[in-house]
Amino acid sequence: MSYKSITWQGLWENNPALVQLLGLCPLLAVTATVTNALGLGLATLLVLVGSNITVSLVRNWVPKEIRIPVFVMVIATFVTMIQLLMNAYVYGLYQSLGIFIPLIVTNCAIIGRAEAFASKNPWRRSAFDGLMMGLGFTLVLIVLGGIREVIGNGTLFDGAELLLGDWAAALRIELFAVDYPLLLAILPPGAFIAMGFIIAIKNLIDHYREQRATKPAKEVTRVRVTAQ
Amino acid sequence: MTFKLAASPHSHQRRTTKQVMRWVYLALVPGLLTIIYFFGWGVIWQLMLAVITAWVAEALCMKLRGRPIESAWHDHTALVTAILLGISIPGFAPWWIIVIGTAFSIIIVKHVYGGVGMNIFNPAMAGYVVLLISFPVQMTSWPLPVQLSQIDLSFFDSAVLIFTGYTPSGYDLEQLRMGADGMTMATPLDSLRTALNHEMTIDEALQQPIFGSIAGLGWQWVNAAFLLGGLVLLKVRVINWHIPVGMLLGLAVPAALAWMFSPDQSVSPVMHLFSGATMLGAFFIATDPVTAATSNRGRLYFGLLIGFLVFAIRTWGGYPDAVAFAVLLANMTVPVIDKYTQPVAYGHGEKS
Repeated sequence: MSYKSITWQGLWENNPALVQLLGLCPLLAVTATVTNALGLGLATLLVLVGSNITVSLVRNWVPKEIRIPVFVMVIATFVTMIQLLMNAYVYGLYQSLGIFIPLIVTNCAIIGRAEAFASKNPWRRSAFDGLMMGLGFTLVLIVLGGIREVIGNGTLFDGAELLLGDWAAALRIELFAVDYPLLLAILPPGAFIAMGFIIAIKNLIDHYREQRATKPAKEVTRVRVTAQ
Repeated sequence: MTFKLAASPHSHQRRTTKQVMRWVYLALVPGLLTIIYFFGWGVIWQLMLAVITAWVAEALCMKLRGRPIESAWHDHTALVTAILLGISIPGFAPWWIIVIGTAFSIIIVKHVYGGVGMNIFNPAMAGYVVLLISFPVQMTSWPLPVQLSQIDLSFFDSAVLIFTGYTPSGYDLEQLRMGADGMTMATPLDSLRTALNHEMTIDEALQQPIFGSIAGLGWQWVNAAFLLGGLVLLKVRVINWHIPVGMLLGLAVPAALAWMFSPDQSVSPVMHLFSGATMLGAFFIATDPVTAATSNRGRLYFGLLIGFLVFAIRTWGGYPDAVAFAVLLANMTVPVIDKYTQPVAYGHGEKS
């Protein structure tokens, strides 16, 4: 598999959130704001790259029968590392993501990549696959978080300083002031509805691309041989 | 002589959807008049806003889906959705409440699922629940019955209040909702819940002026009027008895049991039946042919389930009234109900 096709697979064609529909639990639970979405997306990305490299390196020494527990332990190790790092450096975000950081262990997108890609491919490609899948996941998280934050609160990047340091407080954009937040967008049902629309738009784009790719059949023009 | 073959169904109603829907909103008129009489003109403005929003949203969806736009006007389902939602929300709620709710009902609950006849959830009630969980303050600010209110609002004053938040004489909604003693009053069901939470007995709670002779000033007559409209619908056979009777039984039987065993802490079954949205729900909302169960037996179970859920949520849940939640929850169970109540075709089955 070429790097180009891995990129395309991860970001669009086989996007873990939009096509495989994996890892929906954190996807729907933490995307109330862009900041939370970005934080969880980056954490997942790092875990995915780390676990893909490790799984790929040990793939020839792990017996097939016990591969799943081994993968899970590898993933759990990386998640614990990320969790401790976030606890140390981005404490505010760590608190606002709460249980969803340890729950990255159970994100099926990660074990799915370990099983489907990393356990069959050399480590460089696996690392790249982890990076692209993680990026695809993170991008969907950010889009979803953006939609929900704008509709629900009228802001973007609210609380970005929790993730990026004090300078990021300036990133906060208030698009419009709302007296009464549309709670639906911030609550879980809003996540499901917005996610549904994002998937629908993705399918629509695919549909148009397909239509454009298949060129219309050539019309056969006949020469008139009889007189009018 | 030709031998004509006709596809099933061989027995059918000769009414079009439009005619059915026309009966539904005609039957709503008595209830509507009582609401105007007891709660002021606000509901008329809400209905206008709802209907306009519904038509615009419906036309927009039709255009996006590449269908003829006129068909938005042909069957009156969007109109009925708009009317039900307009009746359900508090009369003087700000204008954007009903616009958001109706647009959500039509665009997301109805057309995203495939339009008329394809929606899983009752559009009006889904829109109502969206509004209730998104804007709890506005959605629970029910006006006082006109008879208790200190301020009289004319037809146009109501419009000014809905669109600007203040009446021409400068009162806001909160002041309108105050009784003679300057306290904001809640709806009967809401005050009962509050009173029970404060360890009062039902008898003590019923001393408040908001309760009339039977089940709450104003509300009892609104419910009675909806009951009347519902009976008309039954009479002209627009709806069958299974859902309304099921729902009222499902509510009244557990309520009566609870009332028998602990009359001090339970609301009487009559009060349950004639307060909140019980009658509107039983005859007009739960009977939506699209989202209800299919067979008659299934419809009875569907109604019973809604009634019991209303009782359960009113008694133990977090919200004072529950028809919208109950209907949505029951909508979800419809595929299961349909699976287990499928009528056996003639000649099949064990007992035949």
